[in-house]
Amino acid sequence: MCCENEALMEEMLTKVIEEHKDMPGALIPVLHEAQGIYGYLPEEVMKKISDGLGVPVAKVYGVATFYSQFSLIKKGKYRINVCMGTACYVKGSADILNKLKERLAIEVGECTEDGKFSLDACRCIGACGLAPVITVNDEVYGRLTEADIDSIIDKYEAMEA
Amino acid sequence: MGKVHVTIDGIQVYVPDDYTILEAAKEINIHIPTLCFLKDVSEIGCCRMCLVEIKGKKSLEAACVHPVYDGMEVRTHSPEITRVRKKNMELILSNHPAICQSCTRSDSHCELQALANMLDVHFSNYKKYQETVTQNAAVDMDDGISIQRDPNRCVLCRRCISICNNIQTVGAISAINRGFNTVIGTAGNRGLDDTVCVSCGQCINVCPTGALQEHRDIDSVWDALYDEDKYVVVQTAPAVRAALGEEFGNPIGTDVTGKMVTALRMLGFDKVFDTNTGADLTIMEEGTELIDRIRGGGVLPLITSCSPGWVKFCEHNFPEMIPNLSTCKSPHEMLGAIIKSYYAEKNGIDPDKMVVVSVMPCTAKKFESQRPELAVDGRADVDFVITTRELARMIKSIGIDFNAIGDGSFDDPLGQSTGAGLIFGTTGGVMEAALRTVADIINGVSSDSIDYMEVRGIEEGIKIAEVRIADLNIRAAVAHGLGNARKLMERVKAGEHFDFIEIMACPGGCINGGGQPLQVSDVRNWVDFKEKRAKALYKGDREKFIRKSHNNPAIKKLYKEYLGMAGGMKAHKLLHTHYVNRRDD
Amino acid sequence: MAASIRDYKTITEIREIREETRKKIGARLGKGVCEGAELHMMICGSTGCSSSGSGKLLDKLDELMARDGLEEKVAVVKTGCFGLCAEGPIVMVQPGNYMYTQVTPEDIEEIWECHIKGGAPVERLISQNQAEFFSKQKRIALRNCGRINPECIDEYIAFDGYEALSMVLTEMDPEDVIDTIKKSGLRGRGGGGFPAGIKWEAAAKEECAVKYICCNADEGDPGAFMDRSILEGDPHSVIEAMAIAGYAVGAHKGFIYIRAEYPIAVERLRTAIGQAREYGLLGKNILGRGFEFDIEIRLGAGAFVCGEGSALMISIEGNRGEPRPKPPRATERGLFDKPTVLNNVETFANVPQIIVKGLDWYNSIGTEKSKGTKVFAVSGKINNTGLVEIPMGTSLREIIYDIGGGIPDGKKFKAAQTGGPSGGCIPAELIDTPIDYDSLTSLGSMMGSGGLIVMDESTCMVDIAKFFLEFTVDESCGKCPPCRIGTKRMLEIITRITEGKGTMEDLDELEELSHTIKRGALCGLGQSAPNPVLSTMKYFKDEYIAHVRDKKCPAGVCISMLRYIIEKESCKRCGICAKNCPVGAISGSKEQPYVIDQDKCIKCGVCMSKCPFKSIMKNA
Repeated sequence: MCCENEALMEEMLTKVIEEHKDMPGALIPVLHEAQGIYGYLPEEVMKKISDGLGVPVAKVYGVATFYSQFSLIKKGKYRINVCMGTACYVKGSADILNKLKERLAIEVGECTEDGKFSLDACRCIGACGLAPVITVNDEVYGRLTEADIDSIIDKYEAMEA
Repeated sequence: MGKVHVTIDGIQVYVPDDYTILEAAKEINIHIPTLCFLKDVSEIGCCRMCLVEIKGKKSLEAACVHPVYDGMEVRTHSPEITRVRKKNMELILSNHPAICQSCTRSDSHCELQALANMLDVHFSNYKKYQETVTQNAAVDMDDGISIQRDPNRCVLCRRCISICNNIQTVGAISAINRGFNTVIGTAGNRGLDDTVCVSCGQCINVCPTGALQEHRDIDSVWDALYDEDKYVVVQTAPAVRAALGEEFGNPIGTDVTGKMVTALRMLGFDKVFDTNTGADLTIMEEGTELIDRIRGGGVLPLITSCSPGWVKFCEHNFPEMIPNLSTCKSPHEMLGAIIKSYYAEKNGIDPDKMVVVSVMPCTAKKFESQRPELAVDGRADVDFVITTRELARMIKSIGIDFNAIGDGSFDDPLGQSTGAGLIFGTTGGVMEAALRTVADIINGVSSDSIDYMEVRGIEEGIKIAEVRIADLNIRAAVAHGLGNARKLMERVKAGEHFDFIEIMACPGGCINGGGQPLQVSDVRNWVDFKEKRAKALYKGDREKFIRKSHNNPAIKKLYKEYLGMAGGMKAHKLLHTHYVNRRDD
Repeated sequence: MAASIRDYKTITEIREIREETRKKIGARLGKGVCEGAELHMMICGSTGCSSSGSGKLLDKLDELMARDGLEEKVAVVKTGCFGLCAEGPIVMVQPGNYMYTQVTPEDIEEIWECHIKGGAPVERLISQNQAEFFSKQKRIALRNCGRINPECIDEYIAFDGYEALSMVLTEMDPEDVIDTIKKSGLRGRGGGGFPAGIKWEAAAKEECAVKYICCNADEGDPGAFMDRSILEGDPHSVIEAMAIAGYAVGAHKGFIYIRAEYPIAVERLRTAIGQAREYGLLGKNILGRGFEFDIEIRLGAGAFVCGEGSALMISIEGNRGEPRPKPPRATERGLFDKPTVLNNVETFANVPQIIVKGLDWYNSIGTEKSKGTKVFAVSGKINNTGLVEIPMGTSLREIIYDIGGGIPDGKKFKAAQTGGPSGGCIPAELIDTPIDYDSLTSLGSMMGSGGLIVMDESTCMVDIAKFFLEFTVDESCGKCPPCRIGTKRMLEIITRITEGKGTMEDLDELEELSHTIKRGALCGLGQSAPNPVLSTMKYFKDEYIAHVRDKKCPAGVCISMLRYIIEKESCKRCGICAKNCPVGAISGSKEQPYVIDQDKCIKCGVCMSKCPFKSIMKNA
């Protein structure tokens, strides 16, 4: 959903703030929308939300850093999430995560230098029947073994080439 | 409101039904330990130190927030309670740097230390965590112009967040991150100077540990004092004398003016002047400004500008009200400007060799003194600002037995002041002092009724008075605490008419400034320390022979010999300033 | 339907829709007049089956339908979850309950040709586990999951949908509703099992013009996904129940707080709320009875603690979701400081059935103190992973062996974990315990939201405790020291133990810290955070001791204690292991037996997986 155009993104944000202005407890919905527009929550965006909703910027920052779905750093074009729910854990998601770290040479929460992949460990996504599970953007990959990881990454690498 | 019977540790007590267990216990002199609780400021029950047992309840409950009910039976101590409280304290200490030897709080104001002692927690019990495990990654200290923050010493009681957000409505700090990584911080982890913080220092006053304190300026002052070439002048704000004694064990509200002056001389200051004199000067200028604005159709309401926390708050949140702010500098800046001009000239001292030190109840004054727009010919009016606490530390550090020394008097001529200047130190005082002078000027005669009771008092956050002077009806408002200031500004913006508004950033005014001696929560929760300090000022005012600023002979002489008329050219150059729109900061 | 100036449908109109729709979906009912398609292909469109490719099946069916033009004969229906997620994607053909599992696009073509067109079910694809999986289940909360198209309100109405609301608004006073829910014995399905009726009654008693109904759909327990499935498969049941609760307590506005990680559920809810508004089942004058109620969706943002009631409300208000101490209870001062009823999805999903079918029916299900059914999300080391709804009082053995089909690979059942991070482990020796709120609590676990993770002999219980502690440390809100610092210290200690550096004193310290957190933490989540450690220490103390004293992990999970060893006798000295070892830790030759240098070994396990003769052992 990321838009390339800065001005357009700003316009969208202004609209979102305007729409939510009078809603009680608007901050979290607005942060969600803002992240949808920008892909993450840059400081200027939080400042704009703070001004628009009349909430101190420190509080905006406090809320954004409390919830794990909000990211203050840019994510990769392909956002990989490894489910660390119990079912996935019991079925070896830690190994999957390690394999991904090794393959992408990044740690959890980081983004590869070329901006293609970012890696996160997430809470149970409720696909326990398919454990262990990872998601790449909105695509779900289930019943994985370590050996499947390379081909999944290769697929996305190939799409880029 | 009803009353209920509660049994605490076997003792029956009959208390109002809106009491908490903590309050009910206090009635029968049972002290339940607390750490995060600060009455009327932060009542969130998060530190889990005040846990008690309630008969019939499985869980332990926080006494500070749990309401009483009829027939309630409470135990405030038991092996179980002690066990949990102790371990809880060990956990807190396991994440706290043990640097008490060099922490300014450990000198009787660290609530954490006191509580750890009270609970009889042993070092070895929490040290074991520190030896074997990683501590919370040390977070950088933020040492700004006015305030120093050390998140490592923070115990996350959140009093600072509450006072900054809920009472002061500044909103500079918040809890950041989650869980073990939670810290109190600013947006984007900026330094406080880089935020909407107004340096009021209320966060320092409520902090139970040394995580928050003023930025240290003591060392610079010592350097100046020990420098043979420098002519070091000190001035002390009105509220300082009403609180400094607390640092030396005197009861709250003891006026220690005389001893303070003696101690300052012993410290080596060349002259000891009184900011009250500056306050009298402020009244002359601000009173004139008010009359001019009312008579000349200027921007009204005129809003006082002597509280630098308020001024910065206004610049950030209400820049559209900047034209309403009095252009007058604050009293110590005015006095600094006069010291470096009039006094220097008269006594043949090179102003560049002068060092003016202000002892203030305030942390925001540190920031204020560094505002470039306040300098005259590139020379700052005041070189260093130290807080009341810093002064106490200096006095202690050279071994002065404060309570044993004799009373001294301020130096002439800038030590002569009036009762009006003295009451500047508490909410309503500037308004009252101004009204005393404005009334006399407009009426052309000296009035005898000079006590404006309607603007006095701590209880009301916003006080409104209608004052009739000759043909003028002056609608005056006084607000203290920035949350109240915000409310008042919203009323002004909504069209309510006022002629003159006094605002002090700190609840209660300067007597409760961010630089004043600390009172731990056990005192703050149960004693009205603000009222007691304010009383000392009003008592001083009553006892003064001269109680109106315009009757101050030193001020009269100053205008006659040097400034010319109030609001004149020279006065404008030395005593007035302008402000900055900080909305987008 | 005649156009009217009314913006609601009457009860008569709703009942007409029910009759009309029942005729259209007769194939599914197996009786009555069938005016619609004679065959219904029900395809699961929930998260589990979508992830395993049900979308592709729908595409394929579109294609086949376009080719053959069988719209009259067969209806393709995208449904909610059937429960047997392990075998997804699932396609069920009605009438006849033919359940096809792990269906591929090629398979669907075969089903189309043989079953749909030819009338001969494809035996090869029919689930072998269906009978066993469904036999002991009793579906109340999940009644419509897999049975209706959740995006079609008419289908919900066809199965008694909004009948309960109609009854409540015409035949019952608010007091009657509360009385019914109280007497039904319905307890909150999200955690501690607080009686729903008593909660409703407390909120009803408050004299306040504004009250709220909140639905907790912030399903956070790892391994629990029943709330998601209900919202994906039967969103109207929750909407209807919230309106009923609103009527009972005098509230006119509801909030559903749902995890943002559940996009399909959010979408279905949005659709359902829209349809309900269109029919006037939400709005200013519901069913023309003068009752006003509407619902707003709020998304969570990834904080487990927001499943705690006060934190959830504080989060809706736009803040960091940090719990606050009680009292006041939410029913006195909850969301936006107004009296609030908060129930979770599964609790609400039970309500319409209780009203429609009556107290006696509901009371006959379950145990004395735990009435009705409970949905469990069964996962981990079990054959039939999925969602099961069983009457309270069913034993763990029945769930694992009768419904779940036992443990894969013939391994031994070791323990089941219930209640997520707040719960605990039930060891194999207690497998016959009938499961209800009270039995689980007495075992040191809890019902929680119904996650049930099965563990076998290859699961290390210390590691599992560590896993839950990691979760708790990650998700602790940070407000109170016992939870914020205490769980961190516990994790540090237990990590030491799994690394083989633990001492016997550490075990005492774990207990002491657990005690402090249980007694001292501010909220229910904090207070229950030590449960996974306490229950594993209670039932598997020997494993802890093995880690501490013998520096061994009996299950072979804790890597730093792991040893890979080559069995001399069976080793054929082929050298494959040495060739594959990434760090050159294996040496040997045809003459010399192969050995692993333990100092060099990084415990990657490659050698073991490559050995053709299974001569490499873990931790022997």
